[in-house]
Amino acid sequence: MLNKIDNSLESGNNFKHSGNAIVSRFLKEYGGILGALIALVFISTFLSEYFWSVNNVTNIILQSSIVAIVAFGMTYAILLAGIDLSVGSIVALTGMLLVLGLTAGIPFAIMLPLSLAVSVLCGFANGFVTTFLGVHPFIVTMSFMGIFRGAAMLTSDGKAISLYDNAAFEFIFNGYLFGIPFPIILLVAMIVLNHYLLSKTTFGRKVYLVGGNAEAAAYSGINVSKTTIYSYMIAGLMSGIGGVMLASRMFSAQPTAAMGMELDAIAACVLGGTSLTGGRGTIIGTVIGALIIAVLSNVMSLMNVNYFVSLIVKGIVILLAVGIDVYKNKKAA
Amino acid sequence: MSNLLLETHDLSKHFGEVKAVDGLSIKLHRRKVHTILGENGCGKSTTLKMLAGVHTPTRGHIKKEGVELSFSSPLDSRANGIAIIFQELSLCNNLTVAENIYANNEPKRFGFIDDNKLNQMAKELLSKYKIPIESHVKVSELSMAQRQLVEIAKGLSYPSEVVIFDEPTSSLSDSEVETLFSIIEELKSEGKAIVYVSHKMKEIMLISDDITVMRDGQYIDTVKKTETTINHLITMMVGREMNDIYPPKPDNAITDGDEILRVSGLTNPGVFDDINFSIRSGEVLGFFGLVGSGRSEVMNALFGMLPYSGNIKLSGKEIHIDSPHTAISNGIAFVTENRKEQGLVLDHSVHDNCNFISYETVAKGFIRNEAEEQRVTSDSIRKMNIKVHNADQAVGSLSGGNQQKVVLAKWLENRPDILILDEPTRGVDVGAKYEIYNIIRDLTATGTAVIMVSSELPEAINMCDRLLVMRNKTIVKELNTKDLSQDEVMVYATGASSNAE
Repeated sequence: MLNKIDNSLESGNNFKHSGNAIVSRFLKEYGGILGALIALVFISTFLSEYFWSVNNVTNIILQSSIVAIVAFGMTYAILLAGIDLSVGSIVALTGMLLVLGLTAGIPFAIMLPLSLAVSVLCGFANGFVTTFLGVHPFIVTMSFMGIFRGAAMLTSDGKAISLYDNAAFEFIFNGYLFGIPFPIILLVAMIVLNHYLLSKTTFGRKVYLVGGNAEAAAYSGINVSKTTIYSYMIAGLMSGIGGVMLASRMFSAQPTAAMGMELDAIAACVLGGTSLTGGRGTIIGTVIGALIIAVLSNVMSLMNVNYFVSLIVKGIVILLAVGIDVYKNKKAA
Repeated sequence: MSNLLLETHDLSKHFGEVKAVDGLSIKLHRRKVHTILGENGCGKSTTLKMLAGVHTPTRGHIKKEGVELSFSSPLDSRANGIAIIFQELSLCNNLTVAENIYANNEPKRFGFIDDNKLNQMAKELLSKYKIPIESHVKVSELSMAQRQLVEIAKGLSYPSEVVIFDEPTSSLSDSEVETLFSIIEELKSEGKAIVYVSHKMKEIMLISDDITVMRDGQYIDTVKKTETTINHLITMMVGREMNDIYPPKPDNAITDGDEILRVSGLTNPGVFDDINFSIRSGEVLGFFGLVGSGRSEVMNALFGMLPYSGNIKLSGKEIHIDSPHTAISNGIAFVTENRKEQGLVLDHSVHDNCNFISYETVAKGFIRNEAEEQRVTSDSIRKMNIKVHNADQAVGSLSGGNQQKVVLAKWLENRPDILILDEPTRGVDVGAKYEIYNIIRDLTATGTAVIMVSSELPEAINMCDRLLVMRNKTIVKELNTKDLSQDEVMVYATGASSNAE
């Protein structure tokens, strides 16, 4: 494929050809998972007449936006052959701090950056302890999952705190910009930002190289600790943004919010083709993964499928997707 | 011909258009060692996999004592008395030697593993083949070479008539190679037929009876060891005359260049001690020493991977190398001895690996320059003559020689002043070796200083201008390689001569 690009560059009429190359590259990379999403959407069309209504489509994207953004952060951790189990707790803690601050009368313009800074700090704690203790991130982030959740409970005395009269706060999840729901704009912005960071910057390259082979990366002059810490800080920030959105959506902060969200985020990454052994995966894949989960939940609720059954169906779909991916990789090797 | 045990006739395996093996006919005799020789990618591994029942032949058949065999799984092959010992280790490190040898084949009592009997059997097996390893120690406590011997013992734990060794000596030191050869002698005396796959010429000439040469999947010829020479074998292997695989040395290397690196008193207690040397640009400086002499550790210190005390001067300027990043930004490159673990990301593409270092140097600040990365890749593939289908191919799917060329490419794009090569031709076939030697000569001609660690003496003597011999963590002798004999180097490396120091 690279040769194709090379040739087209040399032959001069690069626009058309490299355009085709980009499309075919895109299809090669995401063909399977994108096909699954399209098939799912297609089937859903027949299963429920409401599926294609504007309201419902918007609803699907809105529903998936928070998990997708949190899953972007998770993608960094998994690309490093790690994991971040604390994302759900960071979501709750960030939302809690924001709402507590706002109810105490601190302006939104101060509270927003402050609570996001705390989420970055949470990520820093994950990355720092992981690198300097040399303990697997599963253990480290599992511990912090409890610590951050406990902090969210402590600060609110375990109670939910409602907030209805703050326009800026409400706008985050409920506002519109240019006629488009603001969370959708946030989602697109995060896709672009993270995709750009991972695929077009030297930092992104380091994430893939460290995740692919940390020892070789160290021997090539990459500061593995720094790359790891930065990645977990980004994971923290993405959870923080998710936390702000979730609080705004519920007009309240709940200490038990986003429990188990880490599992949905991991599922989105894995469905999107991110390898748990590290070094392979993309933001676009994670978006598609998150959308598949959202469409699946949506169509099952439109069809009034029992919630317990829907859990089973989701589990089976994830296993199927991973199974197909493993089979494809084996065949390719 | 009553000794004929196994023969293949017109054995072929095609993968689509690719003829991995085509028309291989060989005969294996009892009490004989039959070597299969060829460059990487010549079809040796595919042949072994057909014998092991992993691949089903596209054409042809395998006959044992006149009866045609057909395998549908590796178990069939084993049931027919064929044991294969692969070069990749498949041991569980946290189990004992005995548990590994009889993994999945444990003696049982009332459905539970009979530990006493297990240890007893392992002990008997190890002593029968004179393998100097205790059966009750954990594999994690063994050296890589000892693990290889355990792998061999595991292969011998099944009743077999044909024993196949796939590059068994790739991680063995001399004494363990002797152990291996005595195992092979024992197997011969038991009336077994041995198949030996290797590209170490010296060993092949020692151990073989018959030698079959393959090239590009084709059967070339089978010759008796007593009727051939190393040069003749190499010619058959690579398909061209290669009288001298070492390109000649330029005469002026030592005297002409400016001193580029001076190391004085480099010490890390217990790891290396009081290392002093200097190197001029355009020179190839060799480090030779037995395993454990501290060679690789010195290289790691020069590259910022190990702490040191002492003094390093680059072009006269003192510098403390505290990380690979510092080393790289001062023009030092390091091709480690272990390309799979330390050099490459195996499941990433050739393109990504070629740009392992240069993605950062071609980038515009924080932003990658993808057009320039493409250029780096196509330049690397062309200059290094890396054989790939396309640059998106995973680097792990390439042969050892081509992988090593990718490692070289990743470092050379940045034009280092000092290139450290640690065992640059390990696991690399003859053709690629020759290319790598030429690359080294080209580099020194343009002024690069090369530090080369090699445990292959002919390579060290023929490629290096000067040779530093290490023993017991320090440099014991500096030798000019002109007219140097291997014996002389070994005297210093082993400390055989009492006044060597």
